[in-house]
Amino acid sequence: MGTTKAKQTAKAEVRKPSKAADDIPIVTRLALFRSQVEARYCEKRAYDLFLQNLVKGTSHLALGQEAVSAGVAMALEKDDYTYPTFRGHHHVLARGASMTSVLGELMGRQCGCLSGKGGSMHLSSVEHGVMASCAILGASLPIAVGTAWSSQYRGTSQVTVAFFGDGTANIGAFHEALNMAAVWKLPVIFVCENNLYGEYTVTTKVTAVEHPAADRASGYGLERIIIDGNDADVVYRTMQVAVAKARAGAGPSMIECMTYRQSGHSRADPAHYRPPGELDEWKKKDPVVIYRKRLLDLGVKEAVLKQIEDETMQEVNRATEEAKASPVPPVELAFKDVWSNGGIQWRN
Amino acid sequence: MAELSYREAVVAAIAQEMRRDERVVFLGEDVAAAGGCFKATVGLLEEFGPKRVIDTPISEQAILGAAMGASSTGLRPIAEIMFSDFLAVCWDYIANEISKTRYMTNGQFSFPLVIRTANGAGSRFGAQHSQSLENWAMMIPGIKVVAPSCPADVKGLLAAAIRDPDPVVFFEHKSLYSIKGEVPDGEYIDELGKAKVLRNGKDITIIALAAMVPRALQAAELLQTAGISATVVDLRSLVPLDMQTIIRETVKTGRVFTVEENPRLCGWGAEISSLIMEECFFDLDQPVVRITTPHIPLPATDGLEDAVIPSVDRIVAEIRRSVDFRPRI
Repeated sequence: MGTTKAKQTAKAEVRKPSKAADDIPIVTRLALFRSQVEARYCEKRAYDLFLQNLVKGTSHLALGQEAVSAGVAMALEKDDYTYPTFRGHHHVLARGASMTSVLGELMGRQCGCLSGKGGSMHLSSVEHGVMASCAILGASLPIAVGTAWSSQYRGTSQVTVAFFGDGTANIGAFHEALNMAAVWKLPVIFVCENNLYGEYTVTTKVTAVEHPAADRASGYGLERIIIDGNDADVVYRTMQVAVAKARAGAGPSMIECMTYRQSGHSRADPAHYRPPGELDEWKKKDPVVIYRKRLLDLGVKEAVLKQIEDETMQEVNRATEEAKASPVPPVELAFKDVWSNGGIQWRN
Repeated sequence: MAELSYREAVVAAIAQEMRRDERVVFLGEDVAAAGGCFKATVGLLEEFGPKRVIDTPISEQAILGAAMGASSTGLRPIAEIMFSDFLAVCWDYIANEISKTRYMTNGQFSFPLVIRTANGAGSRFGAQHSQSLENWAMMIPGIKVVAPSCPADVKGLLAAAIRDPDPVVFFEHKSLYSIKGEVPDGEYIDELGKAKVLRNGKDITIIALAAMVPRALQAAELLQTAGISATVVDLRSLVPLDMQTIIRETVKTGRVFTVEENPRLCGWGAEISSLIMEECFFDLDQPVVRITTPHIPLPATDGLEDAVIPSVDRIVAEIRRSVDFRPRI
């Protein structure tokens, strides 16, 4: 695949960053900024806690992808549903789940959102509309179809969002979900975070099309939407259109957000496979940095942004201490909640 | 009491539950307009309409995923997987998602759904449309597993499965769809996790499931003429497992035989046998004997398929060979 073609595609189709003149209210913009800063600081803290061996198991950071979660969540109502991915700390935080519940879960403490029973890859919080978080790639897309079907059947205006990565667009469940959602005109939005890598492999190397999600959209009668996923305003604006369409009963949308995973696949991956200079190029487009600059350009005072950053850092510190102080769950918890009566009995 | 076929009992159960609970919806391949590949869902579309009785694309992952998502947000879906063999292409939803998410999320979600599927041999469909896979589901923590042997149990247990707050895989045996039996009229609901003693005997206990139940009963009649008096237990449900009945009927005769349609290794009878050894060893007069399909894929043609699935003759022969029969003192 020639770079000329790729550049043409980008020029022709990738939606431009939002102009400063865009009429997004400043209060919304500050909330978008805060959401990104929260995800950024929390992810960095999660990494620090790995190094201290306080986070067990594996964990997958979304450093660099914070604009997607912020923009998506901002376009939703409280009772809408979102399905995070295994790389989903930011998805969960953006819906309003506390840092204590996220960091606590990574650390396997009782204060975690799953009391340590799920771990990093299964963060869920039903009270925040954060649904089953599957660590089997692609699995959540058909499940999201199910909640959208349920909303349609019950006659509510709820919208479901399923996050997924570029690698997932090569999995069968992706295609089954897209087709069923389109045929049933369901209020579901499939949000692809194209961070260029499926685990350790460049996605374009193992994918028949350049844009793993958007280039398949026409196969399901959907619009081909590719946006700058590092621009929270663009994500938010694009989501607003998709949400309105879904609430109007006009069916699903799929949005491919071009972004970049600034860390390796997991804690075990130093990402040596990246070409030299690539990370630096993307850091110039760092979503938190560009958004901060935009707000300053719009006349927001430095002190206001600094205050958001300071408050967020205090919150991360507070959540860290709270999680460290939280006990590990009692062993009895392992023997609960297989069944809805709370028990694990399989015999009489 | 009315006489219904096994397939008519499926319709009766689904219709009964759809009438009383608007949250019950039904989806699957060819289940609506065509009335089901096995004609086990005829008339549901006409009574309940296309919003509640839905033909899906041939997308088993989407079917089970949709059922899971809907069940966690207020609906009570019944999903049909046309042949149980097709569960292999959507097994992620049973093994990883539906069964584990409640536990993993510390009880935040419930998944009250039923997966109906046509299971078992006898139709000469070959190795990918004839398997008995109830033992696969039995191995997964978080899934209830039911397999009825007669029309009354189909109605009562399917209704119970639909009302159950937990996910149930409901294995209908395709060779039983045409059999008829008395089924209680009106609203009828049974209880999951209760085995039934269908025949009381003094000498041996045969434990069977689904299509092996009528064969076990016929075998018991033949054994009677040979002077062996057999109890026949229809397990009906593998999870929950009715160990009280198994233990009681084991202790009574001291000689237990399982009759399983699944291939030999890790069939459900292996677990039953293990439990009996652990809990009733000193009540046994001989080892538990498992009568199963050999550990092979199923052949298609009638002569070969009949030769490998436990038949009445084989059940009788294996029991007679095993029992060094003397009346118990």
